[in-house]
Amino acid sequence: MNDAQLRIKSFLSRFFKQHDLQPDEDIFALGFVNSLLAMQLVNFVEKEFAVSIEDEDLDLANFRTLAAIDALVERKRAGRGAAG
Amino acid sequence: MSADALAGLRLELSPQQREVRRRCRAFVAEHVAPHAARWDREARLPDQAIAELRQRGYLGAHLPRELGGGGLDAVAYGLLTEEIGRGCSSLRSLLTVHDMVSEAVRRWGSPLLKTEVLPRLAQAELLGALAVSEPGVGSDAASVETAAERDGDAYVLSGRKRWITFGMTADVFLVLARCGGELAAFLVPAAAPGLTREPITGVVGTRAARLAELTFERCRVAADRLVGRVGFGFSHVAATALDHGRYSVAWGAVGIAQACLDACLGYTATRRQFGKPLAGHQLVQRQLTEMIVNTRAARLLCLYAGHRRSLGAPDAATETLIAKYFASRTASRAASDAVQLHGANGLSQDYPVERYLRDAKVTEIIEGSTQILQVAIASYPPGEFDPIDGA
Repeated sequence: MNDAQLRIKSFLSRFFKQHDLQPDEDIFALGFVNSLLAMQLVNFVEKEFAVSIEDEDLDLANFRTLAAIDALVERKRAGRGAAG
Repeated sequence: MSADALAGLRLELSPQQREVRRRCRAFVAEHVAPHAARWDREARLPDQAIAELRQRGYLGAHLPRELGGGGLDAVAYGLLTEEIGRGCSSLRSLLTVHDMVSEAVRRWGSPLLKTEVLPRLAQAELLGALAVSEPGVGSDAASVETAAERDGDAYVLSGRKRWITFGMTADVFLVLARCGGELAAFLVPAAAPGLTREPITGVVGTRAARLAELTFERCRVAADRLVGRVGFGFSHVAATALDHGRYSVAWGAVGIAQACLDACLGYTATRRQFGKPLAGHQLVQRQLTEMIVNTRAARLLCLYAGHRRSLGAPDAATETLIAKYFASRTASRAASDAVQLHGANGLSQDYPVERYLRDAKVTEIIEGSTQILQVAIASYPPGEFDPIDGA
């Protein structure tokens, strides 16, 4: 798990207290993500990694796993926006 | 004490924030509070009142200046909302619903919507209203039944929306609908063919808020009016609007509580029973103290939520839930006590406190009822003194 994934995991661990989240684990399948957490996750990613999440980035695939969120951040930092 | 320690928690308002509050307080004292009882009795906020809000830039005040908004930070915006809410909850409701829509478009609108619609919302050339609730759907908003079908370059909406605040005056609705198995949000012009609206009258509180029931009969909406993407209409678009709405209602509830306190301090100082002013009786003092302390506490929770929102902190939404929960309950309790302290006078329309009681109850139901918030706060408790970003 890289540093970015660890930071995202640390944030999500506040909500998944009893669970050791793995990089490719589907966070939606765990049943913890409601609209409040979904919104906080977007805000966290924006603030933590200084990127802007736009409407075009709204794709569950971008937020499904730690690895996917990390990849989204990398793409945003590279200025490439949403997944092709 | 180190400078860091002093900077850690500032509760003083900035000069700009004080100025926003001062100006708005003066506006409300002259143009709102004297008329609020009549607007309530007539169950109609006059167009002139809306025009005055527009002229002063109080609609869209939270939006950045570069988008045509007022550029207020979250705390200043909250102070503005408290002052309006102190004078008239129906008028405060207009700020709430209009800005819920403008905030959702700012956050999740396409570049086209941000260019074409958002500046008009920011200037309040267009008035927005949120259309989520339905005859059979209230707190369980993700279960809306209004249907959206894709048809070429458009979506076709069918269904009904109920309890739409300022539904009779809005120019554009943010509508939550079910598209296949997923939820989507659309900006629907009030003039769209197939959309009709009927007034809802006889409600208990915020009676002047021009409520409507909307009927969509194969209402065709251009596909580029989709806000966000299909599948994210509730979890992100409506959630953003509701988060903003909770913040607004929280401050509005503080305004009601403060109005109750103002009324009670005045009344109990002059009304005499058993040979002395009511305020001289210890049981009355107890009620006044509860009102003073709870109103202060509600405002501080709102200020903290505003502080977190200004920072863009991830936990701002949770802090907003807490502020809304406490402030709306405080408003209800303060208004109930205010009527009690006014005795028979409190039950009459000659005094404002009966209106405060009716309006306060509304704040416990809209944008997340007290019970829904109890579930949400307990499910995702904030990290006490350990905010999410470590700030």
